[in-house]
Amino acid sequence: MKIVCRCEDITEDDILRAIDEYGCTTLAELKQVLRLGMGHCQGRTCLLIAAKILARKTGKGLEEIIPSLRPPDVAVEVGMMGGCDEK
Amino acid sequence: MKSKADVVIVGGGINGCALAYELSRRGKEVVVLEKRWLAHGATGRCGAGIRQQWSTEENALLAKRSVAIFEHLSEELGHDIELRQGGYLIAIHDEDDMHQAKENVAMQRRIGLPVRIIYEDEIREIAPILDVKGMDAIAATFCSTDGHANPFLTTYAYARAAERHGASIHKFTEVKDIRVNEGRVTAVVTDSGVITTPVVVNAAGAWSPHISRMAGIAMPNQPVRKEALVTEPLRRLFDCMVISFKHGIYFSQQDHGQILGGIPSPEETTGYHEEPTYSFLRHMAYMLGRYAPPLKHINILRQWTGYYDVTPDALPILGTTDVEGFIQCNGFSGHGFMIAPMTARLLAQLICGEKLEMPIDRLNISRFKGGGVVKEKSVVG
Ligand SMILES: Cc1cc2nc3c(=O)[nH]c(=O)nc-3n(C[C@H](O)[C@H](O)[C@H](O)COP(=O)(O)OP(=O)(O)OC[C@H]3O[C@@H](n4cnc5c(N)ncnc54)[C@H](O)[C@@H]3O)c2cc1C
Repeated sequence: MKIVCRCEDITEDDILRAIDEYGCTTLAELKQVLRLGMGHCQGRTCLLIAAKILARKTGKGLEEIIPSLRPPDVAVEVGMMGGCDEK
Repeated sequence: MKSKADVVIVGGGINGCALAYELSRRGKEVVVLEKRWLAHGATGRCGAGIRQQWSTEENALLAKRSVAIFEHLSEELGHDIELRQGGYLIAIHDEDDMHQAKENVAMQRRIGLPVRIIYEDEIREIAPILDVKGMDAIAATFCSTDGHANPFLTTYAYARAAERHGASIHKFTEVKDIRVNEGRVTAVVTDSGVITTPVVVNAAGAWSPHISRMAGIAMPNQPVRKEALVTEPLRRLFDCMVISFKHGIYFSQQDHGQILGGIPSPEETTGYHEEPTYSFLRHMAYMLGRYAPPLKHINILRQWTGYYDVTPDALPILGTTDVEGFIQCNGFSGHGFMIAPMTARLLAQLICGEKLEMPIDRLNISRFKGGGVVKEKSVVG
């Protein structure tokens, strides 16, 4: 068993199955179906691996597959962001 | 791609996919065209909250009947949609709010919703992490059958069920033009071929004005950028969605334990602007900390944006137009997910010439010609 996404506990087999069952051809779709890359590290480990699996299965180039990255870059505490400086 | 169809649906969000299901199970040959992937638009970016507590009877009834469908949808579609009914708790901040809440609750109870007004003790019982003072609240309304479902799984479940009934769904296929001859729709032109059809449904969400324009129809809808954020997952702390019309905030704890919510951004703008803002992050974090102080200590993982497809009265635009065969299914503002099951059923009944389960004439686009629309007041986000 090969683990791809440690935060959300997703294996290579899960990804291959999602590609077959849901017809996923993009990382965006794998995110939607599996929660791939939506955990604590925000896909910093798994998305590239998943992109390579997708590229292999679909014959697409990597540049077509890499998704948009959503801020913040690293996790931030609510209390730190919210501070107390607003009325 | 097929060269002809009974109905072509533009847009592969929750509304396009739900309608494809309702039409194909009635025997129609349906094609769905989606320029990116399923749930690429508002559907894949939404809070997916399901609320029946509305101020207009149209929205309340659409939501109530949708909940009745949601409650059996996993079995009907053969796929789990992760429905959870933890209720919606709506803050009441002052006497004006209380007055409006009483009016809403009276109408909502008349149509059979289990809504009631609750006070501080019960608010704390339902969601212990809330700080009633920080919320600036004097009471709340609560409806226990409101809830949440997984927007991706619901969209995919509808799409797969539609395909089993013979619908064709084309991703990465953009609609470029709509052919109209002598006042009737005749064909849809895409970037990968033309499909002859007598009926086109405009379920293109925030992009619906473009699709209408292709058929020569003007619309009053505006795209408004909305922002949301999600935190790291926690053990279950509360079951309900918490919202306030005054502050515009909404947040809930999702199935996987994360807190997901939004609030109108200080830099809110109309038009197609996708960039997330720093001011939203700060404002939302601040308000979340006020509403639920323990959440100050958890991490925000991600923020993103999506569009509300906003009409002047915050009610959807459904039904026929001056162009025969051109059907509207858009203008859902911030609540197009929760009413999709019933909307799809009603439009399928309209397109198939069946008797409608409830009238939708008042949601026709023609209402904007005369002026004097009644605005939905209970909006957030
Ligand atoms: C941040 C946020 C939070 C929300 N929270 C909630 C909530 O809690 N509850 C709720 O009920 N609603 C909520 N909403 C609103 C809800 O998301 C929408 O009303 C609903 O998803 C609309 O679905 P739709 O299928 O009509 O449109 P969309 O999901 O936007 O789908 C339209 C599709 O049309 C496609 N398209 C556009 N142009 C073309 C073209 N030319 N050719 C082919 N395809 C095209 C797009 O790519 C898109 O996928 C929220 C929205 C946002 C942005």
